[in-house]
Amino acid sequence: MSLETEGYVRKTLIPPAPPPRRLGGPLAWVRTNLFPDLANGLVTLAILASLAWLVPEALRFLVLDAVWTGTSGEACRPEVVGHPVGACWAFIGEKINYLAYGSYPAAERWRPNLFFALLGLGVAWMLWLDAPKRAWGAAYLFLVFPVLAYALLAGMPALGLASVATGLWGGLLVTVVVSMVGIVASLPLGILLALGRRSDWPVVRYACIGFIEFWRGVPLITVLFMANVMLPLFLPGDLTVDRLVRPLVGIALFASAYMAEVVRGGLQAIPPGQMRAALALGLTPLQATRAVVLPQALKIVVPGIVNTLIGLFKDTTLVSIVGIADFIRVLEAARADPRWSAPAVPVTAYAFAALFYFAVCFSMARYAGFIERRLAAGDAR
Amino acid sequence: MTDTTPAVAMQGVNAWFGATHVLRAIDLTVAPAETLVICGPSGSGKSTLIRAVNGLVAHQSGTIRVAGLALDGSAEATDAVRARVGMVFQAFNLFPHLTVLENCTLAPLHVRRLGLKAARELALGHLDRVGLADKADSAPAELSGGQQQRVAIARALCLEPQVMLFDEPTSALDPEMVGEVLDVLTDLASGGTTLLCVTHEMGFARAVADRVVFMDEGQIVEIAPPEDFFDRPRHPRTQGFLSRILG
Repeated sequence: MSLETEGYVRKTLIPPAPPPRRLGGPLAWVRTNLFPDLANGLVTLAILASLAWLVPEALRFLVLDAVWTGTSGEACRPEVVGHPVGACWAFIGEKINYLAYGSYPAAERWRPNLFFALLGLGVAWMLWLDAPKRAWGAAYLFLVFPVLAYALLAGMPALGLASVATGLWGGLLVTVVVSMVGIVASLPLGILLALGRRSDWPVVRYACIGFIEFWRGVPLITVLFMANVMLPLFLPGDLTVDRLVRPLVGIALFASAYMAEVVRGGLQAIPPGQMRAALALGLTPLQATRAVVLPQALKIVVPGIVNTLIGLFKDTTLVSIVGIADFIRVLEAARADPRWSAPAVPVTAYAFAALFYFAVCFSMARYAGFIERRLAAGDAR
Repeated sequence: MTDTTPAVAMQGVNAWFGATHVLRAIDLTVAPAETLVICGPSGSGKSTLIRAVNGLVAHQSGTIRVAGLALDGSAEATDAVRARVGMVFQAFNLFPHLTVLENCTLAPLHVRRLGLKAARELALGHLDRVGLADKADSAPAELSGGQQQRVAIARALCLEPQVMLFDEPTSALDPEMVGEVLDVLTDLASGGTTLLCVTHEMGFARAVADRVVFMDEGQIVEIAPPEDFFDRPRHPRTQGFLSRILG
């Protein structure tokens, strides 16, 4: 009490001191992170045990017991090889061209290769954030590339490129085409729908709500059946739409509805003061949206956009059900080859598909994580 | 247009938010280069009043003219008026994804259609005026509240506006930063800018305002020069308000 009545004046200021050193060493780390208490310790042990079972098993299947060379299913039969057989990579090796191009004519396969290279250029240009002239990269990827890709793949007799019917396209090529069309179309369309849904004009707003809710309310598989089985019945007899284009449009519209809801979430997170300040500066509502609101909104929803793109990429496998020769369907066709009838072949085919899809989706997720960290660093500046 | 054209002229202005009558028969004329301070209890319609001046709040009856241009509800008139009116908000509302300089060049580039070089020079000039030219390449989040508000003022000045609106520019600031923003306002007021300022800084109002407007329940209750307003308030509501805030 005496302190209070007498008051207090500090005589010397305390200089900043370094923090106390944490009790270090690997043992301390294990203790605090793996076995802090009984329950956590048991969970750690259970997870370690399942890893101890899973990792050697996967290693045995994928590498140790795998068959790497051979010209037919005989090479992948345990009774021929003399030991248990894991994956039959020889099968994938022989079918790799078919898996990549489907029935695309062998002499013309430089065209899909060039397509992949041009796509890689555009994607790398966009994904490398410090790349020069990224606006040009976007223009290339979203405007120039689609035209080039179409001319290259479908053919343009005027330029000496023979026509290749889309029915011959297949495998990785079709999966990439379907996903890229879905991505390139759904992002801009989704942004427009999201803005439309927040429009002050009721006609636009309700039209966008109706569109979004319709496409979100129907399963993708019915969209694809509708596109490939029902649509031709409704069209006049002499009018045909390409068998590959029909499901493409369906997927693009379907994905754009999901994208719209993701983008709308971002738009709602931007304080109204931002729009107000932009309008007060004399910007038109369109300029304010483009220069102030959208950049901030899209930045927030990068995780949601990537999540939707990953979903879209995996959903493209559904086109195999309506007869499009995508990666899954050519894999199915390849494993049905009687020359390669061996118990290990179907398992290998599905394992290969799983690895392929996982590699692509995981890369997307990692890239999104990198973007998020970078944006977070930008905010903390 | 001559000097006698009022900077802002409001006649019989009424506005509603839904069923709430937020502006009631507002008549107000502001001369060029005049400094007007608007005060009143919260919810009295002060912010709504100055937002009506640049069309951020639509009015349902009456006329509003800014430097002779009527806000008739058309997009063209609204854009034209907004290009002549600068506005500074309580919460700064800087654009966080742009640098300080980009915040300031946005309107010159998109609204006034200046070239990049001219826009940058203009922006740096106004940033220098508020003492922040050295922060041009910073992100808004790196600045203190007072600095952010000074950038917001520079951003509005880049329109070279005929009227500046301030909506409680110091209410969101820590006390130690209020002074630096009021200094800029004082400098603007003495420099001949037409200024409409909603504020609770009564010391500033007394020192800088040409006239003080007191609002309550969506209407103008009293308008007077600051010495009369503070020393000889006439309306009982004004007297009650002043006794509450000045103790």
